Amino acid sequence: VNFLVCIKQVPGTTQVKIDPKTNTLVREGVAAIINPFDTYAIEEGVRLKERAGGTCTVITMGPPQADAALKEAVTVGADNAILISDRAFAGSDTWATAQVLAAAVSKFKGFDLVICGRQSIDGDTGQVAPELAEKLGLPFVSYVSKVEEIKPGFIRVRRMVDDGHEVVECPLPAVISVTKEINTPRLPSLRGMMKAKSFKPVVWTNSDLNIPSGKVGVSGSATRVVKIFFPERTRKSEMITGTPEEQVEKLIGKLREAKVV
Amino acid sequence: LKYFFTEQQEMVRSLARRVAEEKILPRRAELDETEEFPWDIIREMAAADLFRVFIPEKYDGLGGGGLDLCLVVEELSRACSGVAICYAATALGAIPIIEWGTDAQKQKCLPDIAAGKRLTGFALTESGAGSDAAAIRAQAVKDAGGYSLTGTKQFITNGGEAEIYTVIAITDRSKGIRGASAFIVEKGAEGFSFGKKEKKMGIRASATRELVFKNCRIPAENLLGREGFGFIITMKTLDRSRPGVAAQALGIAQGALEAAVDYSSQRQQFGHPISSIQAVQHILANMATDVEAARALLYAACRSIDAGSKDFTEDSAMAKVFASDVAMRVTTDAAQVFGGAGYMRDYPVEKMMRDAKITQIYEGANQVLRNAIALDLLKRKGRRQ
Repeated sequence: VNFLVCIKQVPGTTQVKIDPKTNTLVREGVAAIINPFDTYAIEEGVRLKERAGGTCTVITMGPPQADAALKEAVTVGADNAILISDRAFAGSDTWATAQVLAAAVSKFKGFDLVICGRQSIDGDTGQVAPELAEKLGLPFVSYVSKVEEIKPGFIRVRRMVDDGHEVVECPLPAVISVTKEINTPRLPSLRGMMKAKSFKPVVWTNSDLNIPSGKVGVSGSATRVVKIFFPERTRKSEMITGTPEEQVEKLIGKLREAKVV
Repeated sequence: LKYFFTEQQEMVRSLARRVAEEKILPRRAELDETEEFPWDIIREMAAADLFRVFIPEKYDGLGGGGLDLCLVVEELSRACSGVAICYAATALGAIPIIEWGTDAQKQKCLPDIAAGKRLTGFALTESGAGSDAAAIRAQAVKDAGGYSLTGTKQFITNGGEAEIYTVIAITDRSKGIRGASAFIVEKGAEGFSFGKKEKKMGIRASATRELVFKNCRIPAENLLGREGFGFIITMKTLDRSRPGVAAQALGIAQGALEAAVDYSSQRQQFGHPISSIQAVQHILANMATDVEAARALLYAACRSIDAGSKDFTEDSAMAKVFASDVAMRVTTDAAQVFGGAGYMRDYPVEKMMRDAKITQIYEGANQVLRNAIALDLLKRKGRRQ
C-alpha cells in the first residue's frame, strides 16, 4: 500500500501580515513551517506505511524554499518527497492548486491513498483536499480521526461529525483529510535527520505536468482576493461589580435581557 | 563558551533537548512522586534513535563517541536525571559488550540495544563490596557447557527492567581479584530473579533492584573476554562510563542554574526582583562559573578519550568528581535562591538537590576517585625522579 501525503509550507505565525497592494501574504521575515494540520497527515502516512507496508511520499507545491518542509518530513519518516515548483503556478487559488496537485498525483503511479491535513492555518479554507479528490475522480472522506482498517483496495475510517462520528468504508485509491485527533506526531529520529541532511526532493515543473497555462496560476484561479482586512472589534465588555451574590443576580438579569436564557 | 561540536553532535544535542523538553519535562514531577519506570519515555527516546548514539555503526548504531553520549545524558538530565540514568545505565551495561564482546555476542545484543528494544544493566556492587570491588562474593562455577552463578548483586540500576546484564563474578577464588570474570546474563535465565525495588532519595523515576542468582545457568558463550578478565573489564568500563555520570551531574546543575536565574528575576522582595540584590547575583555568578568549568573539563576529557587516549582513568575521574561536587553545590545554592519555595515540592530545585547527591556516590565514590587521581599524580612524580 503506497501513501501520498500533500503538505503545505505556511508562515510560522498566526500574526500574518497582508501586502496592501497585492492582498497576498507577506512572507518575508517570517519563518516557514509545515502547516500544523499537515504534520498529522505525515504522521498518519508514516504510521500506515509501518502498519501495512509500502512507502510514504510527501508532495508539496511551492517555491524552491519549500524543500525545507519536505526535508523535515523526511526526518519523521517519509521515504520520498516531490516538490512541485514553477513560476507558472504562482498565485494559484485552491481550485488551481488542486489542479496542479491532481496532475502530480496522477503522474505518480501506484498510489493507494492520498492523505491531506484538514485545512491550512494561513488560507484556512479546507478546500484543496475535496477539490483534489474531485479532479482525480476518487472517493473522498473528510475529518478522519482514525483509520480502523486498511488493506489493498479497502479502507475503513472513522470521521468526525458535529454530533458524533461516522464509520465510512471505501475502496482504494481514495483521498482523505485528517484531523489532529488522529495521532500525535512523532519527534524526528537521528537517522531521519541524517538522511534529510543530504536529501534532495524530486522537482517537477510544469514541463513535467503539462497543464495548460489558463488552468493554473492567477489566470487559472476561479477566485480573486479583492480585499483582506481585520474585522472591526464590535464586542463590548462590561464589568459586573458587587458581592458574588449580587454579581450572579446582575449577570442573570443581563442574560435574560439578551434573551440568552 | 563555544565548544564547536561536529554537525552530528549538534544534531544529537538538539534532538535530545527536544525529547527532554517535550516528553520528559511535563512528567518529571509525577515520575518523582510515583517512582514509576518511564517506559513510555524510553520508547520515545528509542524512536528518536537516541540509543543508537553510543552503538557502533556495524551494529545498527550511529557510532558516536563518548562526547555524543555525554551530550545526550546532559540534555536529558537538565530535565530529569531520573529518566536520564535509565538511558545512561544502558550505555554502561553496553560498554563491556562493545569493548570486549565477540562478534557473535555483539550481533546478539547490540542491535536490540541500539533500537531501544532492550535496556541493559551493569552488576558489580554487592552488600559487602562497594568501593572495595575486590570483595565480591558472587561465584560462577564452571560446569559442563557453561557456568553456574550464585550470589546477590545490590543497587543495580535498571534492575528488573533491563533484559541484558553484565555481571561480575568470581571464577577462581584462589587468584583473588584476578579470579573475577564478566558474563552476559539475560533476564529470564533459569535461576535469575530480582529482589525488592529500592526506595530512593532521588533519581526516583529510575529502577534500582537486587539481582539474585541461584545456580543460574550461564552458557559458556556468554563469558566476556576470558576468565580472569572481570576486574580489568570492570575498571576499564567504569573509566569509560564515569564521564556519563559527570554529564548527568552537569545537566542537573545546568537545570538548577536556569531555574534559579528565572526565579530570581520574578521573585519580588523589598519592591524589586531579588536578582537586583548583589548577594543573590554573586550566588548566581558562582553557580554559572562552576557549571561552565565542569562542562569544559568534561568535554575536554571526552574529546581526549574519543581521540584515542590510552590511559584516561585520571581524566575521567576528575571530570566525575568535579562535576558531581558542582552539582551538589549548585543545586543547594539554587534552593537557597528560591528560599522557602525551594524547599517545597511545587518547585523543581529540591528534586535536583536530591538527584545531585547520588552523582557524588555512585560509579566510584568521589573519595575513592580522588585516591585514583592522587595515585596517578604521584606515579608520574615517581617516574620523573
